[in-house]
Amino acid sequence: MSGRQSGDQGAERRRDRGPCKRAAGLAVLLLLAIGTPLMGAGSITDNSMELPGSREIWQVMTLRDYNTRVVVLGTASLGLAAGMIGTFMLLRKRALLGDALSHATLPGIAIAFILMASHGGDGKHLGGLLLGAAATGLLGVGCILLIRRFTRLKEDAALGIVLSVFFGLGVALLGVIQKMGTGSAAGLESFIYGKTASMLASDARIIGVTALVVAVACALLFKEFTLLCFDPAYARTGGWPVVLLDLTLMTFVTAVTVIGLQAVGLILIIAMLIIPPAAARFWTERLLWMLVLSALIGALSGMIGAAASALVPRMPAGAIIVVTASLLFTVSLLFGTSRGALRRWSQRRELNRKIERQNLLRAVYELTEDGLRGDVSTASLMGKRAWTPRELARLMRLAVREGSAVDLPGGMLRLTEDGADEARRLVRNHRLWEMYLITHADVAASHVDRDADAIEHVLGREMVSKLERALEEKQQSAVPRSPHTIGE
Amino acid sequence: MLAEFVWIGWLDGGIVLAAALCAMSCALLGNFMVLRKMSMMGDALSHAVLPGLAAAFLITGSRGSIVMLLGAVIVGVLTALLTQLIQQLGKVDEGASMGVVFTSLFALGLILIRRAADNIDLDPGCVLYGVLEGVPLDTIAIGSIEIPRVTAVLAVMFAINVVFVAVLYKELKITSFDPGLATTLGINANVMHYLLMTLVAATTVASFEAVGSILVVAMLIVPAAAAHLLTDRLGVMILLSLVIAAASAFLGHLSAIAVPSWFGYGSTTTSGMMAAVAGLIFLGVMLASPRHGVLSKMIHRALLGVRIVGEDILGLLYRLEERRAAPAAVGLGELRQVLMAGPLMTWTAAWWLRRRGRLVAQGRGYQLTDAGRDDARTLLRSHRLWETYLAEQLNMPADHTHESAERLEHVTGPALRRKLSETASRGALDPQGKRIPDEKQ
Repeated sequence: MSGRQSGDQGAERRRDRGPCKRAAGLAVLLLLAIGTPLMGAGSITDNSMELPGSREIWQVMTLRDYNTRVVVLGTASLGLAAGMIGTFMLLRKRALLGDALSHATLPGIAIAFILMASHGGDGKHLGGLLLGAAATGLLGVGCILLIRRFTRLKEDAALGIVLSVFFGLGVALLGVIQKMGTGSAAGLESFIYGKTASMLASDARIIGVTALVVAVACALLFKEFTLLCFDPAYARTGGWPVVLLDLTLMTFVTAVTVIGLQAVGLILIIAMLIIPPAAARFWTERLLWMLVLSALIGALSGMIGAAASALVPRMPAGAIIVVTASLLFTVSLLFGTSRGALRRWSQRRELNRKIERQNLLRAVYELTEDGLRGDVSTASLMGKRAWTPRELARLMRLAVREGSAVDLPGGMLRLTEDGADEARRLVRNHRLWEMYLITHADVAASHVDRDADAIEHVLGREMVSKLERALEEKQQSAVPRSPHTIGE
Repeated sequence: MLAEFVWIGWLDGGIVLAAALCAMSCALLGNFMVLRKMSMMGDALSHAVLPGLAAAFLITGSRGSIVMLLGAVIVGVLTALLTQLIQQLGKVDEGASMGVVFTSLFALGLILIRRAADNIDLDPGCVLYGVLEGVPLDTIAIGSIEIPRVTAVLAVMFAINVVFVAVLYKELKITSFDPGLATTLGINANVMHYLLMTLVAATTVASFEAVGSILVVAMLIVPAAAAHLLTDRLGVMILLSLVIAAASAFLGHLSAIAVPSWFGYGSTTTSGMMAAVAGLIFLGVMLASPRHGVLSKMIHRALLGVRIVGEDILGLLYRLEERRAAPAAVGLGELRQVLMAGPLMTWTAAWWLRRRGRLVAQGRGYQLTDAGRDDARTLLRSHRLWETYLAEQLNMPADHTHESAERLEHVTGPALRRKLSETASRGALDPQGKRIPDEKQ
């Protein structure tokens, strides 16, 4: 029985290792996905990139050029603001709301243009256009909330409906504008794809001011937003104005989206809101650090992207910013010190190793328990669990190296004093748990071994003493008899 | 004003046909996306296939539909795969992981397109809006008939989707509603997921040329969502979504020509208007759907309120008669004060009772008719039976039973009253010592 059960466990553990291999696969895949087309683009279509000289790189990096300085600083502060406010959106599980919001700004821009142009004004007055964008953006968010509140449709459908219908309306309005004859409608399309490279100093100033406001607001409302993200129900019962806070958060998201429209366009601004916080999440469990990191990642992507597009001609800066951010995301996903794939993989490996070692000690103890034999052979250990000869040999080597056992000639193994103590403790935990299951959880004696096997490795000292009390165990230090026959 | 625009049969008919085929292909698959709560995956896919299109073009140098389709389908499936992978690997929320993947891929697509801008006419704007208006002009010959190329592609796509849904209907249904059950029945939910994703990506690409990516998203989600509010049966939902999709195509084209002219502007893009019209249809359904609509729920609640206030009026008048042992006439204002109901509610209830012959006007007030007295007696019987039951069987204090009985009396039928009267022990008196009226013969 013991053998079959541990076989299942071993299989499970092997399956557990799958994601780790997949992690490595993903890294290669993502790099290939990003790298190959870029290289392919160069080689196949005959317009190979002219790589910038070191003088140009130096000029851009030191922000000598006025235009570059404006663009780099502008996109960096946009990344900063988006990264900060995006953190709260991500934790509120509303990452894709930014998607719907930014699409919903298009009809506002078009309506503002039509209104301003038909009243004889300049159709492209930036303030008016952004005001229109903010208005329909907020209207879109309102519609999402209404659909969720009043119909049985879920969040995803509400987002999709608002996103596509508003954007479709915007496209239809742009179609009208194109035929208005006032010309100059072409500029409006830049709101969809952005025109980072031609950012003006005044644009950068608006972005900078907004970023500052967002940063200050995040600092002032840090506690409130934290509560809103982690436990809105508690916040409500605690008397916090949850709806007002939610609205404030939405307003800041709208503000960042609207100022980002000009810079990177309404599709890529979504990335600026989602990717930096998602990347920051891998490095820390603390919200404050996440906020700071996310802002830094956003700003860094903005700077690198803008600088790269200044160096290489015909590179859409907005897209470069996003690709930079997603490279940083990939690095974080793999190497993040808190939730990164490698870190979690090594944690799981460590746990598995600990479990295997304990299994070996327990197996040796149970074989020598009747006192007839002091040493156990490899062959008798093989019968205890479903381990392969290779695995068993490795475990035995490890046990010898750490001093819990000594290997004797002829493939025999004997526990040292330390090893025996440890093994006694493990077996005791295992059997205490088995007896608890039998007496208090009504599990049949023939079934307890497997359940106990799964939990014995994580029983803490406190838990063990509770078990002792529950079972009114008299012989505190002795190992209880096994409640079932031990298979060899 | 409708007379102003000219409907050219082959041109406008061709546009509507292509638009309807595309809308119906999307709506068909959209039903399962909405039911699986994966609507946003449609949005993600339609953005993410851009690098697939661009890469396919860059590698082969041709705009042949098959190659583009293949490139986009590969990237589309990759999007679904990466989203799932990041979600599992990084324990990231699904929305966020989707957002990361599709924006990155879209950005990549933009870079690719820009790199090759000199030798492609793959305009990103065209990917977003499509050129539906140009569809009937580009024809290919099949046999001896000339049909628009895009229409042919969309017709094939629609046929493939119909076959897919028809053949795998049961599997799609089970995996959409209960993936756990599907797995125990031996249906691989993952395989169905990726099959669906593949077809959505293919449909997206097939529709790009005609209507652009945004309309694809609109048609994937909006008709299915509207149909979901109209019915609880999957088969009916699918049919309804197809009808709504086709209607959006027709009305969308019509309003693209007509609506701007009302404001003195020229016509606009059909694809944008189709999304807007679909949105309007959804709004209408959301408000007026017979069972799940906002308005119908409100009306239902108001009717229930009127009925309850009406029954309370009957009960009140009957109790007064009982106390005075003479017919009593009470004015609306007084009724309102005692029952604590709104003026409109009370007036409507009184009007309804008078129409049904339960009340008559008497001086400045209202008085029960014989029919009204019968109704009121039944009501009071329910009320007092409940009071008795609550006091005797549930041991509630006698002075606490009134409120509960007041609520229960409105929902008690003859069968329940009979059961209640069987349990009552003290004969014809309730806990307050009032007589329980007899059941009407």
